[in-house]
Amino acid sequence: MTATAEGSPPLRMTRARRNALLQSEPVQGLALISPTLVYALILLVLPILVVIAHSFWTQHYLTIDRSFTLENYRIALTEPIYRDLLWRSLYISLTVSLLTVLLAYPIAYFISFHGGRHKSLWLFLITIPFWTSYLLRVMSWKVILGYNGVLNSGLMGLGIIDEPSTALLYNSSAVIITLTHAWAAFAILPIFVSLEKVDRTLVEAAKDLGDGPLRSFLRVTLPLSAPGVISAALIVMIPTVGDYVTPKLVGGKDGVMIANAIQAQFGKASNWPLGAALSVTTMVIVTLMAGATVLIIRALQRLAR
Amino acid sequence: MTAARRFLAGGWLPAYAFLYVVFLYLPVIFLPIFSINTAATPKFPLTGFTLHWYEDLPRTPALLDAAWNSLIVGVSAAILSTVLGILAARSITRYRYPGRRAINGLIMAPLVLPEVIVAISMLLVMLQLGLSLSLFTVVLGHVLVCIPYSMTVLTSGFEGFDRSLEEASADLGESAFGTFRRVTLPMVAPAIISSLLVCFTISLDEFIIAFFLTGTDATLPIYIWGQLRFAAKLPGVLALGTLLLVASFLLMTIAEILRRRAARRTQNEGGLYA
Repeated sequence: MTATAEGSPPLRMTRARRNALLQSEPVQGLALISPTLVYALILLVLPILVVIAHSFWTQHYLTIDRSFTLENYRIALTEPIYRDLLWRSLYISLTVSLLTVLLAYPIAYFISFHGGRHKSLWLFLITIPFWTSYLLRVMSWKVILGYNGVLNSGLMGLGIIDEPSTALLYNSSAVIITLTHAWAAFAILPIFVSLEKVDRTLVEAAKDLGDGPLRSFLRVTLPLSAPGVISAALIVMIPTVGDYVTPKLVGGKDGVMIANAIQAQFGKASNWPLGAALSVTTMVIVTLMAGATVLIIRALQRLAR
Repeated sequence: MTAARRFLAGGWLPAYAFLYVVFLYLPVIFLPIFSINTAATPKFPLTGFTLHWYEDLPRTPALLDAAWNSLIVGVSAAILSTVLGILAARSITRYRYPGRRAINGLIMAPLVLPEVIVAISMLLVMLQLGLSLSLFTVVLGHVLVCIPYSMTVLTSGFEGFDRSLEEASADLGESAFGTFRRVTLPMVAPAIISSLLVCFTISLDEFIIAFFLTGTDATLPIYIWGQLRFAAKLPGVLALGTLLLVASFLLMTIAEILRRRAARRTQNEGGLYA
């Protein structure tokens, strides 16, 4: 009797505490998000860890030798073919992100500052082509730039050229054009969002104090929209470095990129560890390039003010 | 001088905006144009109008199989990713807890990672686990890349959602489930349908992940990829592509209308009680 009488108050207390814990915000929030989180852990984080592990192993025909080696990285970084593909991929993704941001900024500015009541209609108009299949958009560039394609036959019909040009398709320029078109909307949205946050009274103040339209833009609007420019550049740069479809369809021999080599290691060449090392190398280098881009844009932003 | 001033003040922007929209739409418009052209190669001048390439489509068994596979994968991926998206979006907008931003970042990560790397890493794990590649593994992959989009649509529908409505319902004696079904769900239903449509469209058009994770079954983009090798099959591919374009366009327009309605609904309710 006495034992239960003595035992029950702390018991009741722990239960009350446990209930309080279960009803606390952090626990409820975490419990609610846990299925999605676990899904991302199993299908994203675990696979990436497995790829990193593979990059340190070697493969003998069908068996994987799990002793630690850096040989794959030596091949990935020093073999001319992979080094060239990596450089080309980085060059293409850097050029594409620069072009998309430069082309997208005026549009985002136009919608944000002069869009009036039709802002959301403009945004919708610009994003809708990008919900169509990526494969089909790349294919349409092949149709346009091809030897017997739209551009060649159109130019010949107009009498501008006499015979079809082969310079249009199957090179890195074709890859750059196609990717710039494919990623345009992804650059517009972040820039638009950051321009929307620019305090309009600051722009007016700059004009009242004697700055012309160009100066007030360069000293007020542009630096304040730098966060949008940064995310636009990154959101284009990181995925394009690993693009597979565009180089395969319009790149030809001179437009092959690192993703095509990675795919080959998991397909025909069947050397998973080398493919894994190429993937990890690409990710690390593109992360470094992204970090450098962020630092450069921030430095420019400070200079402008 | 005045012309230069007008130029600097942004007088050229409307013209630029017009040209930009043309640049965005022009490439896509060539697909439908050449899909109704009689010539087998897409070049100018056009040779004549025909629906011949469309009439051939339903007579291709491989194409019908691919369409059926795409439908199964799309519906499953849309439902699964929307369910996982609802849980996550609700947790992110309703609760505050440590690590919230990091978790959100992790879930959104597939959006900015190179798709090839996401695909081959999943491929490696699935092969290691002894899963045989099939439409099921494609669904698993599509769910991962659809969740970020689903989250974006749903958070914009859940944000600004007035919590006092749910509290009022609980105070008036509704159970937690009853409150969800009778108060929360009707307010967020448009956002949920919008998320389903967006995810279905992404899955329908997605190529890379399906390409790596499927076994012998082809989805529509994989079927198209296979046909691209044959120059003679191009008009048929253009016709099929046009149908896919129209489907994506319709689905996304409906999704956008619903998403806006959802955002307006939650915000209006909030404004009424604030």
